[in-house]
Amino acid sequence: MSMKDRMSGNEAVAFAIRQINPDVMPAFPITPSTEIPQMVSTYIANGQMDTEFIPVESEHSSMSATIGAEAAGARSLTATSSCGLALMWEELLVAASDRMPCVMAVVNRTLSGPININCDHTDAMGARDTGWIQIYAENNQEAYDNFIQAYPIAEDKRVHLPVMICQDGFITSHAVENIILNEDPDVKDFVGQYEPEEFLLNPGNPVSIGPYAISPYVMEARKAQEEAMENSKEVIREVARRYREKFGRGFEFFEEYRTEDADYIMLIMGSAAGTAKQAVDDLREKGIKAGVLKLRVFRPFPASEIAQALSPAKAVAIMDRTESYNGHGGPLASEVRAGLYENGSSVKALCYTYGLGGRDFTVERVYEVFDELKDMIENNKEFRQHRYVGLRTNSPEVR
Amino acid sequence: MDFESIEIRWHGRGGQGAKTAALLLADVCFKTGAYVQGFPEYGPERMGAPITAFNRISKKEIRVHSNIYNPDLVVVVDETLLTSVDVTSGLSEDGAIIINTPSSPDEVRPLLQEYKGRVYTVDARKISEEALGKNFPNSPMLAATVAVSHVMEKNEFIREMKASYEHKFAKKPEVIEGNMKALSMTFEALGA
Amino acid sequence: MRSDVSKINENTPYEELTEGLMMFAKGTAKDFATGPWRTMTPVFDKDLCKQCLLCAPVCPDGCIPVSDMKRSDFDYDHCKGCGICEKACPFNAITMVPGTEPVVPEKDAAAE
Repeated sequence: MSMKDRMSGNEAVAFAIRQINPDVMPAFPITPSTEIPQMVSTYIANGQMDTEFIPVESEHSSMSATIGAEAAGARSLTATSSCGLALMWEELLVAASDRMPCVMAVVNRTLSGPININCDHTDAMGARDTGWIQIYAENNQEAYDNFIQAYPIAEDKRVHLPVMICQDGFITSHAVENIILNEDPDVKDFVGQYEPEEFLLNPGNPVSIGPYAISPYVMEARKAQEEAMENSKEVIREVARRYREKFGRGFEFFEEYRTEDADYIMLIMGSAAGTAKQAVDDLREKGIKAGVLKLRVFRPFPASEIAQALSPAKAVAIMDRTESYNGHGGPLASEVRAGLYENGSSVKALCYTYGLGGRDFTVERVYEVFDELKDMIENNKEFRQHRYVGLRTNSPEVR
Repeated sequence: MDFESIEIRWHGRGGQGAKTAALLLADVCFKTGAYVQGFPEYGPERMGAPITAFNRISKKEIRVHSNIYNPDLVVVVDETLLTSVDVTSGLSEDGAIIINTPSSPDEVRPLLQEYKGRVYTVDARKISEEALGKNFPNSPMLAATVAVSHVMEKNEFIREMKASYEHKFAKKPEVIEGNMKALSMTFEALGA
Repeated sequence: MRSDVSKINENTPYEELTEGLMMFAKGTAKDFATGPWRTMTPVFDKDLCKQCLLCAPVCPDGCIPVSDMKRSDFDYDHCKGCGICEKACPFNAITMVPGTEPVVPEKDAAAE
């Protein structure tokens, strides 16, 4: 059974949290994720859930308290955006290295400067090497579906890693759209009871969590953590399949939209993927074989699967909603191309930076990108490898 | 709704409720079984600053997540914006614009950058003050949007709005009647 | 997941470390003798001691056992010989001597 409804992305995540009813939620408000703890605390005040809500004085504290609660044996979560995520920095790594299966709703917003509060992926992409699993959503529906899958992934014995469920700030967090919701008992059944094996508040079974490790232990601990991240691939797939069987929605690592015979593929994450799919439909009507690979899971990074999906194309566009200042693109550009190389693929790729600081990304912009890919292949036109979508410039070759 | 889809752009000032109106329209259209999208232009909230909000209403699933540059309908909640904001920018000539003003369509047309399409005016302040005793332009502007766009049938709209007000104002039922009156006065004023 | 952490050492392969380096044991600091780190050793003279207990709380390593409001001799397995207790004692009941053993050198005793 399912319920048709309409709500914003933040409402959808808060609704999922109510259905899961975790044990502890420490949080500190920051736009555009503020509504999530606000709505959760309303649910609690109305007696619709009994999560222990802890108002804290900063995001450093909210992450610390989330780790503490999780270590104590409580299913814990928090929510944040942008500078809030940045302030959590050192704790993010602690959560992962302590192998805490906590969950965080991240509503993506840029980091200053220039001072700006709109959407891009600078915040979560900056946290890509903290050891968290990262799953991105195209719309409110996926934010909801992904959130329900977070604990089953995090708490699996083969994983025991924290999970970030990301959605685009304002673009999906504040937009009211149609959504299909699952019934409460079905969600509770899917997520299951949390039964931690080792936790602090467990009389008779003493445990120390997060001890100091002298040099002879650190590399081994990190390797074990890296292995858990690799193991999570299998678990993410299993959980996605189980979700699909039960609720009829969702993808594993990525969605392949009209890529089967595509000459040109755009690899993109988040809300812009929907816009790209619309543009692909338009281009197909004009006889251009375009497709979209919408990446859902960025950590762990499914490099070989991506390489396999992209290789049959003539050219691909790799779209980053952040800048890496490495001279050749953003994190997706680097990692996708490393994956292509590792898998012996020589498919041509152009790397694009788009949508920074809330810059609108329209279907027309998608046409432009596909036009350039086509121009590169059909007319052997040479393009600069790393390009900015819709940049105002006096020298078009710079773009 | 006897068409595939419609795109609407709202112009207002921060605090006037244009965003709320867009979200309400999405809400009420959802009840007809349509696919809906309602969202504000994103940014810091500043009381009095010009803001825009958007609606996509469609029979098909909506996937595009960008602002609307070529709307079928524009709704202006505050007529003082006409001199500072290009409200008809990209507006389809086959479309329409609705303006909250005591002036007639012919009187405001000179402010509309030679826009050739249909122009409607609604004195939402007067309607609201008569029906509610206060200036809440949202209900009249929402009714005008439905009357002009035909996104849903009038009676269905009235029925859904009543249910929505009854839910929203459960603790102050005295304002429900006034709001309902504002809706019907708007339809009447527009001859719909 | 629970394993015997006393078997883990610097030669343990990563597969056999505990998850997140969790320690499945209590009070493990007791098993780690820091006494041999000492170069000076406190000597306790119970005849001079008035049991004022000013020494016990200042010991950074908790090496002055107290029970029934009375201190007893030092925990030499863990005392690092910092000498803070000697400074805290108003009654000269604690004397720091060189070396790792709590023995007052013979010749000093003879000189007195």
